[in-house]
Amino acid sequence: MGGSASLIPRDLLSEYQELTFLSKQEILLAYKRFSELLPREERENACSARVPKSQILTLPELRANPFQHRICHVFSTSETRDDSMSFEDFLDMLSVFSDSATSDIKSHYAFRIFDFDDDGTLDRKDLEQLVNCLTGQGEESRLSSAEMEQLIQNILEESDIDKDGTINLSEFQHVVSRSPDFASSFKIVL
Amino acid sequence: MSQPPSITLHVPEGSESDGQEPSPDNERALHTSFHQLILEQSSLIEAGLELELQERSRESPARLATPDACAMAWSEPGQGEEHPSYSSASLQILASMPSRTIGRNLGAIISQYCNRTARLRRRSSRPPLQQLCRAARPSLRQYDLETDPTRATLEEKRRLLVKELLSLSPSQCSHMLLTMPLSLAEKRILRRQLSGQRGPLRQHTHHWAPFSPCGWPKVCIVLPWHYALKQIGGRFGSSVLSYFLFLKTLLMLNFFSFFILLAFVVVLQAVYPPASVSPQPFTGLELLTGAGYFTHSLLYYGYYSNATLNDPCTSSPPGSVCPLAAPTLPYNLPLAYLFSVGVSFLVTCILLVYSVSRSFRESVGSSTGDLAIKVFCTWDFKVIQRRSVKLQCENICTQLKVQELGSAEHPRPQPCMIALSIAPLGPAAVQRDKTLLQTQSGSGSSATALLQELLVEQRSRSRSQSRCQCLGHCVVMLLAWVLALGLVSGCVLAVHYFSGHMHMVQQEQQAQDSGRWQQEAILLVVPFVVSLLNALMPHLFNLLALWEKHDSPGTQVFVAIIRNLILKMVVLILLCYQWLTRSVICSTEKCWETCVGQDLYRFMVMDFIFTLMDTLFGELIWRLILEKRLKTKQRPEFDIARNVLELIYGQTLTWLGIVFAPLLPAVQMLKLLLLFYIKKTSLMRNCQSPSKPWQASRMSTVFITLLCFPSFLGAAAFLSYTIWSVQPSENCGPFRGLETIYKSGKSWVLVLEKSNPNITWFAWVYQHLLENTCLLFFVSVALIAVIYFNIQVVRGRQRVICLLQEQIANVRQEGHGTPGAGPAEATETKYLSNENRLQELGLFSLEERQLTGDLIVSKEVSEDGLGSAPRCPAKGQEATGRN
Repeated sequence: MGGSASLIPRDLLSEYQELTFLSKQEILLAYKRFSELLPREERENACSARVPKSQILTLPELRANPFQHRICHVFSTSETRDDSMSFEDFLDMLSVFSDSATSDIKSHYAFRIFDFDDDGTLDRKDLEQLVNCLTGQGEESRLSSAEMEQLIQNILEESDIDKDGTINLSEFQHVVSRSPDFASSFKIVL
Repeated sequence: MSQPPSITLHVPEGSESDGQEPSPDNERALHTSFHQLILEQSSLIEAGLELELQERSRESPARLATPDACAMAWSEPGQGEEHPSYSSASLQILASMPSRTIGRNLGAIISQYCNRTARLRRRSSRPPLQQLCRAARPSLRQYDLETDPTRATLEEKRRLLVKELLSLSPSQCSHMLLTMPLSLAEKRILRRQLSGQRGPLRQHTHHWAPFSPCGWPKVCIVLPWHYALKQIGGRFGSSVLSYFLFLKTLLMLNFFSFFILLAFVVVLQAVYPPASVSPQPFTGLELLTGAGYFTHSLLYYGYYSNATLNDPCTSSPPGSVCPLAAPTLPYNLPLAYLFSVGVSFLVTCILLVYSVSRSFRESVGSSTGDLAIKVFCTWDFKVIQRRSVKLQCENICTQLKVQELGSAEHPRPQPCMIALSIAPLGPAAVQRDKTLLQTQSGSGSSATALLQELLVEQRSRSRSQSRCQCLGHCVVMLLAWVLALGLVSGCVLAVHYFSGHMHMVQQEQQAQDSGRWQQEAILLVVPFVVSLLNALMPHLFNLLALWEKHDSPGTQVFVAIIRNLILKMVVLILLCYQWLTRSVICSTEKCWETCVGQDLYRFMVMDFIFTLMDTLFGELIWRLILEKRLKTKQRPEFDIARNVLELIYGQTLTWLGIVFAPLLPAVQMLKLLLLFYIKKTSLMRNCQSPSKPWQASRMSTVFITLLCFPSFLGAAAFLSYTIWSVQPSENCGPFRGLETIYKSGKSWVLVLEKSNPNITWFAWVYQHLLENTCLLFFVSVALIAVIYFNIQVVRGRQRVICLLQEQIANVRQEGHGTPGAGPAEATETKYLSNENRLQELGLFSLEERQLTGDLIVSKEVSEDGLGSAPRCPAKGQEATGRN
C-alpha cells in the first residue's frame, strides 16, 4: 500500500478524505484495487481512467451480488451511459457502503439501487424486480405470479403512506429507519 | 426528514391569485375551476419557465425548489394509466414533487440540499457575510454566457447551494458536503467553488482537516483482522460476524486493563523483585494448573511486596507506617496496586456503558414481521460468496412465501405444514432431525426452520388454540422451568460437595506427601467438573426446549440464554462464596489470595480447553459424521448464542481474578486471540451459514447488556466486598498485616496529612465526604432521580409516538374511502413543506390531510426527539387549518 501512496497527489488525497466517509488507508487500498482492474499500460493515470462495467463486475465483492448491475449504474457518472466507473465513482460507491456512512445517505442510495427504471419512485415493476433479485434466479425459488401480486400488495399497504400506488424516497426512508439492521447490512468492505 | 414550510411550491401560480382559501366543504366546487387554470398554466409554463426561474431564484434562493423539476415532469407519461381516478393535473403535480424527482435528477438533489442548508442556517441564525454577494458574481456572469438551458439551471443551482453553504460555519459546511448524495466529481466542483470564495484563509483549515482526530484513529481501529472479519462477513453474513465483533470488543477491554496494570504495578515489581523463595522447577503441567513454578511469579498476588519504592525509610519493618515526610515522592506499591485495579475497573465500566448506550441507540425501534422491512432491509451486501448468496436468496424466498401465506389470511395452514411446524427443531443444528431433512430436501433444512418459525408466528396470531391446549402448554412450561431450576440447583449442590470432598482428598495427599504431579493433578478436578457441567447442561436445556415447543424461535433462544446464564452465575456465586470464606481453599499457612488466583487461572484454562473440545466435536467431528455417514450436504451451524455466553463467562472469570492475579487479563487476551483463529478456521471449514433470521443488532445489544449487568456488576461487587471487608493474608502480598485492603488507602491519607500540612483539606474531604454515608446516600438518590426522570421522558415520548402512529393509520383508513380529489389541493401545498406536499396531495379531504401532515411531522420531530424545539411545519399547518 505504501508504494501506491505516491501516485495520488497529497492534496487530492486529503480532498477525497474530506468528501468521503473513507479513511486515508481505505482510499489507498481502493486505489490499489482499482488500478488492478486497469490494463497495465493505463495504470499510470488511474485517477482519470475509466473501467468498463464488465471489469468492475469481476471484483469479488460485487461478483455474486444480485444488485451488481444496479450498483454500477447508480454510481457511474459516465456521459455515454455505459456504466463504466472512474476512480471517483468507485470511491463514491465504497464511501456509501462504508462503515461510517450515515444511514440517511445509505437509504438514499439503496432507494436508487432498488429503483430499477430510474423514475424516482418504486412502483410495482420495481418491486417485482427487487423481489426477483432477492429470491434468486432458481426455478423453484421464484414466486408465482399470484404470490408476487399478493406480496407487492402487502408491501404497498404497509409502506405507501399517500396511497398513490408507488413508494417514494421519504416513504422508503421511513420504512428503512425502522430497521436497525439496515445500516449494518448495507455495507461492502473492500 | 421533515421539511419546513418556508420553501414554497410555485407551480399553481394561477390558483394562488384566487385569494380564497378552500375549505373541505366547497373543495369539490373549486375543483373544476382549478383544473382549468392548471391546464392553461401547463401550456404557458413550458415557455415561460426559464424567465421565471431567473427572476425567482435571484430574489430568494429558497424559492428555487421546484421549477426545474416541474419541467422534467410535464413530459412524463404513463402515470395516468395506473390511477384512473386521479385527474391528470394532480398527477402532474404529484410527479413534479421534489420527493419524486430527487431520485433521478441531479438538479433536484442540489436544490433539496440547498433548502436543507438554508434551514440549517436559519436555525443557527448566523448572519450572512457581507462579502458573499461580491464573491458570487463571477459565476453569475458565467451563467449569462451559458446557452444550454438545462446546464444553465444546474449551474445556477450549484451557485445558490454554494452561497448557502458559505453562510454556514466551516465544520457544518464540510459535514453538509459530506452527507450529500451527490457524486464525488460534483462534490469536488462544489468544494472548489466554496474554497475559491472563502479565500485563502480557510484553505489552511482544509489542508489540516485530514489529520484531525476523526481521520486517524479510524486507521488504527480498522486494521486488525480487517481481512479476516471481511472473510467471515462475506461468507456468513452479519449474524456470525457479530460473535467475532463481540470477541474483538472483549479483547479491547482486556487490553486496557492489562495495560494499566502492566504499566503501574507489574513492571515496577519486576524491576524491584522481592527476595523470593527459590523457584520450583518448571514441569509443563503448570500451564494447566497455574501452580508450582508460577506460584511465586508476577502472575499472582502473593508475589507482590508491600514495599514503598524510592523511600528514604525502607529500613523500617514491613507493615509499619513510615513516620517521616519523604522529600521525593515515594512510590507506594500497595497503593499503586489498589488504584490500578480500581482505575482499570473504572475504565472498563466507562467503555462498557458507552458501548451499551451506543448499541441501544442503534437497535432502538426494531420491529419485526414487517414485509416491507423484510424486502427492503434483509439483503446483506457483505455476503460475497456465491454459495452463501444462493443460500441467502433461498432463505429470503421462503421467508417471504410463508409470511405472505400468513397475511393472505388462510383459514388454517395446510396440514403438511402444521406437521412440519410441530416437528421439533432445537436451537442447535446438531439436533436436527434426519427425517425432517429428507422431507424437506428441496429447500434444505434452513428453509424448514424458517417455514416453521413463520408458520408458528402466524398460528399464534390466529389464536385458534383451545383453552385446554393452552393450559397444557402452560403446565409443560412450568414443569420445564421447575426441571431446569432443579437441574441448576442440583449442579450447584454437586459442585459444593464435590469441591469439599476434593479439598479433603488434597489435604490427605499432602499429608502423605505423595508426588507433586499427583497433587497438582488433583487441583484440576474441580475446574474440570465445573466446565463439564457448563458444557453439558446447555444441551440438556435444549432437550427441555424441544419438549416445551416454544411459540417462536425468538423466545426459544431467549429462554436458552436465560437458563444458561442462571446456571453459570449460580455456580460462580457459589465458587466466590467458597473462595472468600476460605472453606475449601489451600491450607492456612499459604497465601489464600494466590490460591484463589490459581483457582481462577485453572478455571479459565479449563474453559478454554472445553471450548476447543466443543469446536472439535461439535463442529469438526459432527461435520464428518454428517458427510460420511448420513451423506447429506448439510453442515453444522454455528450456535451464536451459546458461544457468546461462553465468552461472557470467561470474561467474568477474568474480572473476578484481577485482584488476585494481575496478569489474568493477559492470559485472557491470549485465550481470546487463540480462540479467534481457531473459531474462524473451524467456521470456515466446518460450518454453513446460519439459516435462521438473526437480528444481529438487537442480539448484540442483549449480549453487551448481559456482559455489563450480571457479569461486570457481579465482578465489581465481589471485588468491592474483597477490598472492604475481607482480611488479606498475614504474610504475603502488598496488603500484608492490614485489617482490610481498604485500610491501606486510609492509612495513606493519614500519612499524607502528617507529612504536609498544606493538604489537610484533602484528608478532611476524605474523612467528611467520602467516609460519610449520608453524602453517598444523597448522591445516589440524586442519580436515581435523574435516571427516573430520563426514563419517564423517554416513555412519554414513546407514548406520543405510539399515539401518532395510531392516528396516522386511522387517517389513512378514513382517507381510503374518498378518492378523486383534484388539484384544488395545490393551493394548500404552498404552505407545506416539500415532503409533506406529496403526502398532502394524496386523496384525503383537506382537514384529514392537514392532520396527517401534522401527525407525520410531529411524529418525526418526537422520533428525532432529543430536545430540539418542534420545528415550524406543524405550526404552519395548524395555522392554515384554522383559517
